Order: sequence, then structure tokens, then C-alpha cells
Amino acid sequence: MIFGSGVLRSMLITLKNFFTSYFKGPEEGGIFTVEYPETRLPEKERFRNFPFLVYDRNPENLRCVACDICAKECPPKCIYIVREFDKEGRPLKRPAVFDIDFTVCMNCGICEEACPFDAIYMDHEFEIAGPERQSRLLYHKDDLLKSNEYFHKIRPTDATAIDQQRREAEEKKKAAAEAAAKAKQPD
Amino acid sequence: MDTRFPSEKAYPFDSESSVGMKTEKIFSMQTLDQIFIIAKKIILGVTGHFLPDWACLLTSILISISAIAVLGPFTMMYLTLLERKVIGRMQNRIGPNRVGKWGLLQPFADGIKMLTKEDIVPLEADKVIHFLAPLFIVMPALLVFAVIPFGRNMTAVDLNVGLLFFIAVSSTTTIAIFMASWSSRNKFSLLGGMRSAAQMISYEIPMVLSVVPVIMMAGSLSTNSIVEAQSRWHGLKWFVFTPWGFLGFIIFFLCAVAECNRSPFDLPEGESEIVAGFHTEYSGMKFALFYMAEFMNSFTLSGLAVTLFLGGWQGPFLPSWIWFFLKTYALIFVMIWFRGTLPRVRVDQLMGLAWKFLLPLTLANLLVTGFWYFTSRPVRIAGSMVLLALAFWILTKLNRDVVPEKRVYHFAE
Amino acid sequence: MEKIFSARDPSALNTETLEINFGPQHPSTHGVFRMNIVCDGETVVSLKPVMGYLHRNHEQIAENMSYAASMPYTDRLDYFNSMSNNFGYSLAVEKLANIEVPERAQYIRVIMAELTRLVNHVSVIGFLLNDLGAFFTPVLYAFREREKILDIFEEVSGARMMCNYFRFGGVKYEIQPHILQRIKEIVKKFPKFLEEFEALLSKNEILCMRCQNVGVLPKELAVSASITGPMLRASGVDYDIRKVDKYSIYGRFKFRIPLGEKGDVYDRYYVRILEMHESLKILDQALKDIPATGELVSKKMAPFLKSPRNFKPPVGEAYGRVEAPKGELGFYVVSDGTPQPWRYHVRAPSFINLTILEDMCLGHKIADVIVILGSVDIVLGEVDH
Repeated sequence: MIFGSGVLRSMLITLKNFFTSYFKGPEEGGIFTVEYPETRLPEKERFRNFPFLVYDRNPENLRCVACDICAKECPPKCIYIVREFDKEGRPLKRPAVFDIDFTVCMNCGICEEACPFDAIYMDHEFEIAGPERQSRLLYHKDDLLKSNEYFHKIRPTDATAIDQQRREAEEKKKAAAEAAAKAKQPD
Repeated sequence: MDTRFPSEKAYPFDSESSVGMKTEKIFSMQTLDQIFIIAKKIILGVTGHFLPDWACLLTSILISISAIAVLGPFTMMYLTLLERKVIGRMQNRIGPNRVGKWGLLQPFADGIKMLTKEDIVPLEADKVIHFLAPLFIVMPALLVFAVIPFGRNMTAVDLNVGLLFFIAVSSTTTIAIFMASWSSRNKFSLLGGMRSAAQMISYEIPMVLSVVPVIMMAGSLSTNSIVEAQSRWHGLKWFVFTPWGFLGFIIFFLCAVAECNRSPFDLPEGESEIVAGFHTEYSGMKFALFYMAEFMNSFTLSGLAVTLFLGGWQGPFLPSWIWFFLKTYALIFVMIWFRGTLPRVRVDQLMGLAWKFLLPLTLANLLVTGFWYFTSRPVRIAGSMVLLALAFWILTKLNRDVVPEKRVYHFAE
Repeated sequence: MEKIFSARDPSALNTETLEINFGPQHPSTHGVFRMNIVCDGETVVSLKPVMGYLHRNHEQIAENMSYAASMPYTDRLDYFNSMSNNFGYSLAVEKLANIEVPERAQYIRVIMAELTRLVNHVSVIGFLLNDLGAFFTPVLYAFREREKILDIFEEVSGARMMCNYFRFGGVKYEIQPHILQRIKEIVKKFPKFLEEFEALLSKNEILCMRCQNVGVLPKELAVSASITGPMLRASGVDYDIRKVDKYSIYGRFKFRIPLGEKGDVYDRYYVRILEMHESLKILDQALKDIPATGELVSKKMAPFLKSPRNFKPPVGEAYGRVEAPKGELGFYVVSDGTPQPWRYHVRAPSFINLTILEDMCLGHKIADVIVILGSVDIVLGEVDH
């Protein structure tokens, strides 16, 4: 082997890539850049970014019951929940405050897993950059609320499965209530 | 008229006839070939009617200077774009494509960015020298444009020691780099300066020695005469087609790459090792000046390599200046190609390459050139090839320590 | 006269050493690693690594939260191969709580771990070449392939790098057949890429000049400094936890352990290339044998997915270790019967492999220090965990 042949060989490789970048597709050594704002990669269904709160039908009817489980399970502790109380001071099954600090959140998806009420899910929205450091990234309840239809749109498989589960659970509950009512009637 | 432009007497046609020619056959090859000369003549012809003689001479000089002053930075700006594009393509990327069509305005965006950046001078720096270093590095880079023959009759100054001038002026870059590195008071800069001083001085020697055969054969130090000496075979009898010319060209090109601090010999600014070497502490326009000098150096050194070995502006069919730029950009492409492919060599290996390999090889090349000069055709081709192959073989044997080892890898089950 | 020119004798010339502070902000210290280098000219006389600029209190945090909540934090140890980190941690906890992992989950785990190894090795070679001064070409070729694998990770686990995919007793999501098909395609095309990569690098004289006989790590020193991973194998020691422990289902696959000869940078580079070939073999077998259906999480652990706080392993201790791409990654967990681990410790391979840096660098040039550091393959997230 002549000294320098290895260098020439590696130079041929780069030259080959120089030409294939003009004529070939990304699989055969062409350009593999995705020019981001204009073209985007297809969104993966399981892609998870920041969490959002699901509501059924209207924003008043949110699934979250302010049980605080997600806030406790959250590894970096970025969720802050305050329960709502009615006028007599009795606790209601809904949050008055639900804040998520997106500067702290690490997109792990544990809140989604831990939530017993199917209320919090991971979003696909990732373009949340803003000019300010703190205030824009502290998301309040109103910013986090998104409809079940949206959830269906971004994650059809999961949403359908969860709707199915909820429906079954509700039917079971109804049946149980009816059974209880029936059991009560004879008395 | 003749007394007015003594230096341009030898031109094939004077201003009046050229104007006449322009009207007659505007698209003729010769007109296209001499289009810049004609433009200059027209300007001088117009100004000659109402300006005194000395002012005309001054205008003539100013036109040449401003042409170079525009060409130099402009080349540099678009070389940055070319480099980024080509390397991007080699890496299967697109490269700059956001500013203007195909990123064609990217250099201007970069320029504006550079100009508006804060100019930082370290507190402990030697302020005067820190300020002067970027100027000192750009000056020789621009000066050497003077002796490059860009086309037929297109040398700004046809010095009879043009080659010597080029090498002498471009070697002063070392001083500027050392000024920059010393005055910054930064250890990385200092290391870069140390490396650059060693590297530039070492590579100057094989570079000059690889040029000597050309001077021997052409019998002149003037860049124009060297180009003229390669004019046979319809402008295709380039020196690179002889054994000594081929070897000389490769050595010269390698040394040129080392001289303008480009990969794989970019140790003075070795990014991964010493941050940015001698220009670590420079920002804004001063930093841009260093880059400008580097790119203009790579342009002029490629231009000189073309002049010396690739027949300069000689070539069939196309106008002479197109030939020159084509060849030069081809060499620059090779430089960019190097950068896109090769890792950097280490400082001791760099020195070893210059002193233990290139220098003896250039000396052998000198000997072979002498042999070529004194022998007749059938003997000289075979003889010089054998001699050079022998020299190459002996030198590789002597430099065994850098030859890659063969490794055998075992597997455990 | 002779004395002046003898460079070996430092007293001959009146020179001074130069102390350079390399990092924490330096383009090629792979993050915020710092070295205090004393050099004579360009030759290194002494080198002191300074760590801790990225210290994130990983162990203490883990001791203050439930077992499952540490899983996303292990992703961030060595952020290049989160799947391996997940693997190590789940092995440790599974040992602690005596959990069986279902068959299909085992296969998925192995597939993911080996894909991670490909990602890691291919990009570390790219970065090594960057340290050598090649202008990003090998890195981008490596990233081109890495991207395909990361796409798979994203589709499977929901994230490209911070996968958080493993769960105690299994894995989080189902892996669909079309993804398996795509992994098969990647495995089929990868050797072609490796061939190109090798043609670009392996025989290149400049790379050989820079890498061969640089940063030699002798066998004995490597063993006594408890170096693990490709670095140890490059020094010629046959030690791979996949073979030694046969954890998970690695005992079922046929693969070989490539061993280096001299233990220099070139061997470390080449052993990684060969390991990639072996990983492809494992992937091939795993993809062939993976059962089409089966549960993902063991029945014992399924209820705890929804309520991680209720998971209380029995009192005891366990050490789970895997052959991460960088070396032996171990997790030591002590349980006191509460939902939080009483003690949680990480044996980070990058950190331990880095301790030997000075011995490898002495007498070499500054440029070599960078290359040797690159060949150790560190990720600062893991070094300073």
C-alpha cells in the first residue's frame, strides 16, 4: 500500500456523498435535512411534550378532581394544585388553581400514568418559545385546558381506548347504582 | 498617448483601436478575453482628455488597485459561502439556504453581523499590537494579488521578481499571527502562535524549493513569463504534466494548504484543541479580518499554484480569465474537500512531514529537474519517473514510524 | 552543545512549564469537564481532572421520591443512551423486589438496549473524529443513522432521547409490528453504512497517525483502575457483563466479544466498530425470536403502574448492572420498606473510566489529550450525576 492511499480513499467517500446529495434520496446518501418550519416530520402518536388537562364538552366540565396525585408523583414537582371550595367552605371536586411550570417540567409523562381520572395527558405542542423567561412558561389552568376532541386529534388510539374505558366504567357504575337502588326498593 | 502609459505599451492594441473593435465584432473571443483591459482603456481614454499625465497614471494605478480591493474581499465573502455549501453537501446537508436564493446573500448577513458585534479587547492585552495584528494579516494577503496573472495582460504589476515578491510578502503573515497570539495574553492564543510560527517557517522551505524547478525550466521569476513558458500545445503544455512538475505541484499545494492554515494543517487555530488558536480573543470585525486573510490567502495561493503548474490563464476555447478562475476554484474546491474529509495532524507529525518527507522530496525533485533539462526525450520521462519513485520509496521506508500498523483483533466467545 | 539539543533533559534548557486551564468551557471537553494541564511546550507534564460542574444531586433526589419516579432521572444520566440506563435501574429494582419480567418485554428490552449501543458507538466515533479535527463529516454521517434509530425510539416510547420507556417488570408501551419491521430494515442497512464509515476512517493515514500508540492503557492498569466497557476490552481483557452475568436474556444470543491488542485510541475506536457488528447480530436474533404477543408488564407490577407510591419493595438491598455502551452501569438500591429507596447509588462508567485519564495522557501532546478524552467516551451528565 502506498502511503496516502487511505487518505485518498476517504476523500473519495466524501466526494461520492457530495454528488449523491444532488441526485439521490435520503436513503441512498442524499440530503437528509428536514427544512423545519416549511416541512415537518410526521407527528408520532406517542410523542410527548408538556401536559394538558382534558375536558369533556365544555371547559367547565373538566375531568380533573384536584386529587393532587399527579403533583405528588411528579418527579421535578412542577405541578401546583389548589382545590376549589364552595361558598360554605366545602371542598369541590375541581381545582381552583392548576399551574404547571414548563421551565421545570421534564416531559416524563408520569403525571399521565398516575392520574386515576384520565384528566391529564401529554401534548404534542412543542413550539412554546417566547421572549420572556418565566412568566410565559408558567401555564395556568386556562392555558392547559384542552378538549377531548383535541386529544382525539393528536392521539386517536389512546383517546379511543380511554373513552371506551370511561364509558364501560360509567355503565358499570350506573348498573351498580341501579342494582343498589333495586336492592333498596323492596325495603 | 504612448508616452502616457509606458507600462502598457506592449498591449496588442491601444485604446482607439479597441473601441473600434468593440463596435465591429463585439462578441469576438479576443474582445471577451480582453474585456477588463478594454474597460480600463476606455476609462483612461476618457479621463485622458481632461486630466494631466500624472493624474492619468494615478488613475491607471487606482483602477487596478480598486479592482483588486473589490475582488479580494468579494472572493473571500463568497468563498465562505462556497465552503459552507460544499462541506454541507459532503455531509449530506443543504448548507446556508435562508438568506436570499440558495443563501446567496448569506455573506452579507454575516458581514453585517460581524460589523455590529461588540469589539472585545482583553483587559490585559497589549492594546496597540492587538489592534494592529488583524491589519497586518490582511495587508500581505491583499498585496500578493498584485503579481497574480488573472488573464492575458491582466497582471496588476508585472514584476520581474514576481514570484519572489509573492513568497516574501506572504511569509510576513507569520509575524501578524504571532502579534495576535502574543498580544492577546491568552494561553490558547500563545500555543496557537507557537504552532503557527513553527509551521509557517517549516513549510516555507519545501514550498520555495518546490517552486525552484519551475523557475529553472521557465528561466524567469516573473509570473507572466512562467505562464508564457507553458503556452505550447494550444495552452495545454502545463508543467504539471511532467514528472517533476507533478510532484512539485503536489508538494506546493500541500505546503500552500499548510501556509494558509487550512485543514488538515489548521493547527494554529485547531478548534477542538486550542479553542481558536491565535484569534481566540478577537471578535467582531477584527475576527472577520483574520478570516478574510485566510480565505484570500487560500485564493492567492491556489492562484499561484495554477500559475506555476497548471498553465495559469492558458487554455483553449474559453477566455483567459475564465480559465484562470476555473482552475483556481477547482483547487479551492480541493482545499474545501480536504477540510470536509480529513482530521487534523498533530504538531510533531506536521513538523515531521515538512522536514523529514517534503524537504528531501523537493531536493530530489530539484535533481530530477536538472536531469530532465539535460537529457533527451525518451530517456528523461522514464528516468525521472524512476528517480522520483525511488526517492518516494526510500522516504516512505525512512519514515516507517508514521505508516499505519496492521492490527489484528481477536474475539472471545 | 549536545545538552542543549537533548529535549529529554529538562534541565538542559531553561524552560518554564505552562499551566493551562482546559475547560469547563472548551469546545471539546464534551460538556463542562475541566482539566488543569501543566505542559512543557506542548507536552503534558501533569493533568488534573476537575469534575462536578454538572452535579445534579441525582442520588439524593432519587432517595426522596418513589422508585418509579427516578426512572426519568436515569434517562438524564447518560443522555445518549437512556434505554440502557433504564435497563440498569429496572434490573436493580426487579432484583430487589423479586419481579419476573415477561418474555416479550425481555426481548423488547434487549432490542432497545442494543439499538442504544448502536446509537452511542456510532456517535462517539463521530465525536472522536471531531476531536481529531475532522470538520463534522463523520459526526453527521453518524447522526444520519442515529436519526433513524431515534425516530424508532420516538415512535415506541414518545421521546427521542429521554425515553423513560422501561418499567419495573416490563416496558411501558406495546411495540407494534410495523415498528419491528422498520427495526429489521435498519439492522439490514446498518452494515452498509458501517462499511462506508470504515472506508472513510479506518485506513486513513492521518487517523492512524493520530490514534495508534496514543493513550495506551495497559491491561493491568485497566483492571486495577476498574475500567469497564469498550475501553477495557480494547486493552485486551475479556470482560463483558452481557457474557459474565447473562442478565435478562442475553444468555440466549450468540455473539462474540471483540478484544483489542494494545489498548490505544485506535483499538478503542475499532473495538467499538466491531461491537456494533456484534450488536447487529444480537438484534438479528432477537428480532427473529421475539414472541408476537404477550404481556408487557408482569402481573405483579401491573397495579403499581397507576400508583407508583404504593410500590414498596421488601427490606433489602440489590445491585443491578448492565453492560451499558460506556461500560458497567450499576445501580445499588437499598430498601427500608418505604416507598422511597433508603440508599440509591449509581456506578457511572464514564466517571470511573475517566479517573485513569492522567496516566494515559502523560508525555503526550495537548492535541492527544483531547483525542484520549474523546476515546474514553464520557457524557458529563453521567460523570457528575
